[in-house]
Amino acid sequence: MDDTSAPPAVVLTGITKRFPGVVANHDIRLTVLAGEVHALCGENGAGKSTLMKILYGMQQPDEGTIEVDGKPVRFRSPSDAIRAGIGMVHQHFMLADNLTVLENVVLGAEALHGIGGRARARIAELAGRTGLSVDPDVLVERLGVADRQRVEILKVLYRGARTVILDEPTAVLVPQEVDELFATLRSMRDQGFTFLFISHKLDEVRAIADRVTVIRRGTTVGTTDPTTVTSRQLAEMMVGSELPSPQVKHTDVTTRTVLAVTGLRLCAAGDSSRPLLDDIDLAVHAGEIMGIAGVEGNGQTELVETIMGIRRADSGTVRLTGSGGATRDLTGLGTLRRREAGIGYVPEDRHRHGLLLTQSLWFNRILGFQTRKPVARGRWLDVPGARDDTSRIVAQFDVRTPGIDVPAAALSGGNQQKFIVGRELSGDPALLIASHPTRGVDVGAQAMIWEQIKQARADGLAVLLVSADLDELIGLSDTIKVMLRGRLVADADPATVTTEELGCAMTGTGAGGGGS
Amino acid sequence: MPGRLPRVLRGKLLPPAMAIVFSALLCTVALLISAGSPGTALAAMVSQVGKGTTAVDILNSATIYYLIGVAVAIGFKMNLFNIGVEGQYRIGAVTGAIVGGATNLPPVLEPLLVILSAVAAGALYAALPAILKVTRGVSEVITTIMLNAVSIGILALLINEKTFGVLVNNNIATKPIPQSGWIPGVSFGSHGTLFGFVVVAIAVGIAYWVMLNRSRFGFELRASGESPTAAMAGGVNAKRMIVVAMLLSGATAGLTALPELLGRDHVYTQLSPQGYGFTGIAVALLGRNNPGGIAFGALLWAFLDQSAVSLDNVGVPKEIVTIMQGAIVLSVVVSYEVIRRFELAAEQRRVGAQLGTATVAAAGGAS
Repeated sequence: MDDTSAPPAVVLTGITKRFPGVVANHDIRLTVLAGEVHALCGENGAGKSTLMKILYGMQQPDEGTIEVDGKPVRFRSPSDAIRAGIGMVHQHFMLADNLTVLENVVLGAEALHGIGGRARARIAELAGRTGLSVDPDVLVERLGVADRQRVEILKVLYRGARTVILDEPTAVLVPQEVDELFATLRSMRDQGFTFLFISHKLDEVRAIADRVTVIRRGTTVGTTDPTTVTSRQLAEMMVGSELPSPQVKHTDVTTRTVLAVTGLRLCAAGDSSRPLLDDIDLAVHAGEIMGIAGVEGNGQTELVETIMGIRRADSGTVRLTGSGGATRDLTGLGTLRRREAGIGYVPEDRHRHGLLLTQSLWFNRILGFQTRKPVARGRWLDVPGARDDTSRIVAQFDVRTPGIDVPAAALSGGNQQKFIVGRELSGDPALLIASHPTRGVDVGAQAMIWEQIKQARADGLAVLLVSADLDELIGLSDTIKVMLRGRLVADADPATVTTEELGCAMTGTGAGGGGS
Repeated sequence: MPGRLPRVLRGKLLPPAMAIVFSALLCTVALLISAGSPGTALAAMVSQVGKGTTAVDILNSATIYYLIGVAVAIGFKMNLFNIGVEGQYRIGAVTGAIVGGATNLPPVLEPLLVILSAVAAGALYAALPAILKVTRGVSEVITTIMLNAVSIGILALLINEKTFGVLVNNNIATKPIPQSGWIPGVSFGSHGTLFGFVVVAIAVGIAYWVMLNRSRFGFELRASGESPTAAMAGGVNAKRMIVVAMLLSGATAGLTALPELLGRDHVYTQLSPQGYGFTGIAVALLGRNNPGGIAFGALLWAFLDQSAVSLDNVGVPKEIVTIMQGAIVLSVVVSYEVIRRFELAAEQRRVGAQLGTATVAAAGGAS
């Protein structure tokens, strides 16, 4: 197929999608040429998945147009998208384990080629052309991850897709399988197939993509040629490089250690050879914000969850000095005891870990505090106390809500997050752990949350801040540690470090600094 | 804009109301097909309530259904499907009957002993699936269903002349509980006798409400049911919750057969009423695990069961009641989900409109 004369496979113009109180996508512009591998890069929560759902017909945009092969289209459901030749391979495979490959491919598309010989012939032909060879009669439960992915791709091709969306396809693969997948994609591209490749792994994007579009905070930042930019430059596009509001640098970091972590090691379940966290030592002092930088998936989530007691460390100790001055060894304690000892926790995914979405705000105020005043008395809840304290948080943290009886889900993301920050700063904590505290919130809430974190530091709290937003890290932190493959590999001074140097250390390229 | 209270009530009452209307429609269709008249059938069922002992029978049945409904609801509240209440209540009943038959304490103490041993046996029988679930990850649905079957065998083993059974009127039963262990009923003369145990059922309902709404355990139970991940991050120990909820559910199930045992039969046999466990699941679904809702569901179920006899008189097969019950449960489950989604979306729109917020912002920081 001649790429240059063909109309672009997909053109998105001015796509905007609003959810109550939040704009998930804003003025997205994306052009995918026919016969190219086009990468879409962005941090989690940047709006990639919403955009893909729109392109695949699972959600309808509020504004903007979609063109496929030069013709404007409107997708009301994924079947419309499939009819237009767009297929999607989800990150989590959608295969029936107890059916064969053939049955899985044909399932739901029986009308195309039947379920018998014609279907088999069609699959054999597709497999031959694309190199996606899998025995059609083997049960899917017997297949490895890479083979399952081939089946998923076959499935969308069988339905007539010419443009395939791959959502984080390499997340589940080992390096050799990634190479095989890329070889397959290249050969299919040469036959005229178009791929939209979603990833935040920059090295892979540079290895496979012909062009790359970066999306940040819901909008497209730009499209570039991956062969002419470095991973570092891409990382900067993803996380932004302009500094947040002017900082009044504090120097009132004390020498009193609040959180002391030594020799922390955590292994993947049932696999002691591959540590998710290895040899982590860190000390956060009262009045200090320690930032943890790193490309997502390098152990930051595990570090936070291990300190919180949600995951059990294989070895190492965690000690906390409460606001009263007594030091406690938290190593053997559960999450509730650790919270009681004085840890406030703003989780990275507020919907999954921070809130009970259908319950009222005052009910949510109790979560994590169910043993403490003012929301509980012994084994009993103190409902009036919880309601009063919820009203305090709503007023003090500017949570925009008509009342404290509305379900948490009714609030916008920014207001939910302000509420969580307010809750976690209740009860006189000594340490605040904040994971991506401003991810997916509007700028107003972001400024408010930054202000509260700075205020907490001024009040003498120790803060452990994990963020993918380098500006946020540099703007707020007193010290920065860089995480790579489960280890703390470098220290940085936020007063002097540049985003470029940080990006360097995060990707493990260049001389980013010594080990810690 | 409607006030706060009416909206809350609408959310709570609309689903069951819709469900009843919908199932009435289904039953009308079924009746018309089977050549009966829906009006006549309903009139016969309603007028049956005033006849003989039906009204008291309804209350007595509802007492039993309520206890087992609460037992199921405790598990349901945290998405724990204790299908095993059937086995747990029968093991509880036979244990209570055996202990009661073997002892002769003064009044008050004797029924208390029977109640405690039934509760303990029910809880112990529920402990097995709980332990399997937290240590081995075995689904409680599978284990409890299998333990229901096992309980039939245990009953046969226990109520046997070689073990605890005695021959009474050509029937092998447990040794009768002495009169000091009986719980007297409230007599309404020719209209029947209300189980004294109805007081216990009401107390269980109140305790369930207090536990759910005012205790830390109830909070953790509801949090675990709503979002296990958020509960975990909030410091709720999931394994402990599973064990405690399962034990409480089994303990409550252990009470189920006691109204009959202590108020009427005084012995337990292999032929004693069974199948309450499955009624309990339906009643808990119907009542949305809510203490008041379960009472309503238990009364409705008891009414349908007890009034069914009147249908034969008007030439309608009484099996139509089974269709009604099935239709009600199905429509409750569906309508509740539909309305929940609708209400949540409405709430979001309302909050958005009230704050005038804005769909602005968010994307701003990017440029």
